[in-house]
Amino acid sequence: MNPQGMSAKKTNKMRQFLIGMTSVTLLSVACYALGDLIDYRAVALLLLVAVSILAVLFDILPVLAAALLSAILLNIFFIEPIPHYKITDTESVLLFLVYLFIASVNAVLTNRLRNQEKKIRDREEKENTIKLYNTLLNSLSHELKTPIATIIGSIDTLKETDNTIQSVQRMELLSEMEIASTRLNNQVENLLNMSRLETGTLKLKRDWCDVNELVFLVIHKLHATDTHELIFDPDETLPLFKLDSGLMETVLNNIIHNAIRYTPQHSTIHITTAYDETHLWISIRDNGNGIPEPEISRVFEKFYRLPNSGTGGSGLGLSIAKGFVEAHGGTVQVMSYLNKGTTFTVMIPAETSYLKSEKDDE
Amino acid sequence: MTSKPTVLIIDDEPQIRKLLEINLAGKGYLVKQAASGKEGLQMAASHLPDAILLDLGLPDMSGHEVLRKLREWYSRAVVILSVQNNENDIVRALDNGANDYLTKPFRVGELLARLRSAIRYNDTNANTQLIEAGDLEVDLGARLVMRSGDVLKLTATEYSLLALLASNKGRVLTHQFLLREVWGVSFQAETQYLRVFIAQLRKKLEDDPNRPRHIITESGVGYRFQ
Repeated sequence: MNPQGMSAKKTNKMRQFLIGMTSVTLLSVACYALGDLIDYRAVALLLLVAVSILAVLFDILPVLAAALLSAILLNIFFIEPIPHYKITDTESVLLFLVYLFIASVNAVLTNRLRNQEKKIRDREEKENTIKLYNTLLNSLSHELKTPIATIIGSIDTLKETDNTIQSVQRMELLSEMEIASTRLNNQVENLLNMSRLETGTLKLKRDWCDVNELVFLVIHKLHATDTHELIFDPDETLPLFKLDSGLMETVLNNIIHNAIRYTPQHSTIHITTAYDETHLWISIRDNGNGIPEPEISRVFEKFYRLPNSGTGGSGLGLSIAKGFVEAHGGTVQVMSYLNKGTTFTVMIPAETSYLKSEKDDE
Repeated sequence: MTSKPTVLIIDDEPQIRKLLEINLAGKGYLVKQAASGKEGLQMAASHLPDAILLDLGLPDMSGHEVLRKLREWYSRAVVILSVQNNENDIVRALDNGANDYLTKPFRVGELLARLRSAIRYNDTNANTQLIEAGDLEVDLGARLVMRSGDVLKLTATEYSLLALLASNKGRVLTHQFLLREVWGVSFQAETQYLRVFIAQLRKKLEDDPNRPRHIITESGVGYRFQ
């Protein structure tokens, strides 16, 4: 646990002590004011109820402290002689001891019950983690082994049939290996990014970023002009934004790549950039088939993939994009209409610079 | 150059060394190999290669340290190989005198191109007055920039920036270096100046400023003129 968590826990415990003591004291004061109306036995029962409630809500130590305080208050202000800690008759002694005993046992038992509950919860959590881990392993071994199998298989073919194989087939095998290696590399990159997000080691390197240039760069690198029409209408007045350009490149790449992957060939993908005083807006709109209602909320889940999706893909791309945008303090929203298409909207709060080159006086 | 150019590979991965050797030898280079920083330094001293391919992740000492020691006496091309896109690492190496960098996995074609341009840099020198790149001509002596024969109107800052990039044709120059040289030391962090002026320059130099062919962005690192 980090030191911050520790100190938060400490102040929380202090608060529990304080609330416990105060509520018991306040209750005693109230009972004392109504002293003529209620008997000290009734006060003992009321205090017991208060301690029981505290036991359900708080940790063992603050509750025990409250129980002890209530016993002392009971003794001084409600059991004869008042106000004095001495108790004279046996019945009162018995009442005091029984009160102290019940209050303490109450505190201890409730605490034990709670601990047990926590243990069960922890175990369930652990099981969930293991489940997630297994999903990860399954997804991973498939995603990593498929391209590896392609590479090894192609190599074997090339080696064994060295001279007999036609040069066309040779080229085909080689380009299969190329595709597989690129895929493998992308997966490794995804996993590294995911682990940076999960372990909280992600540090933003914000610097002035020309978002239009970045979008053009991403589009250029995706090489998708044969299969899809990518249209980008840059807002020429867009200022520079202080962003982590490396992470933003991944965000744009993952969302656009996703749009390419899940829309039919020759679909159109529109990218637009916009801004207001405080935020940068980027929207990626496709005219594909849309995402069915039940799935739409799950697209950002780790390892989640649409049921009809073909081969390839680890289900990490969008969740990494979302993580990186959130690291900037922004949000990604998705809207989808069946048979009409899907729009992803990225909104990021960022410092802007309107510096123009007019400053360069001749 | 009369004899074959020599390239020294300093990398602890035998597979990478083998791959590089096959490709470089095939292109007429004489290839020397070292598997550790220490060995690399010794071989650099004994063979005086025309260029060194240096991996940053070595077992015995960091690639940065090897580079620093090399640069005490070795002034020829050093091209960095780095495992992942760790921009800090790359910027650091370039600022410490590396000529260029490639991230693994790299494409062989690109490696050969970078290596050629780094070795060419040994021969040229700052004395070159006229730099040509496609339809562009930068005449450092006359302080003139021509595009397809027409003189371009550039502001003073635009010219300084372009002249710096052009006289290091093929090399990546880091953001900090460009800002320091053109604007001054106190502007080293002011990358917005650089973005704005690069965009302006591209509008004047490039056929399509959104698909630049002359001033290339090296994401998170700097710019390269080609």
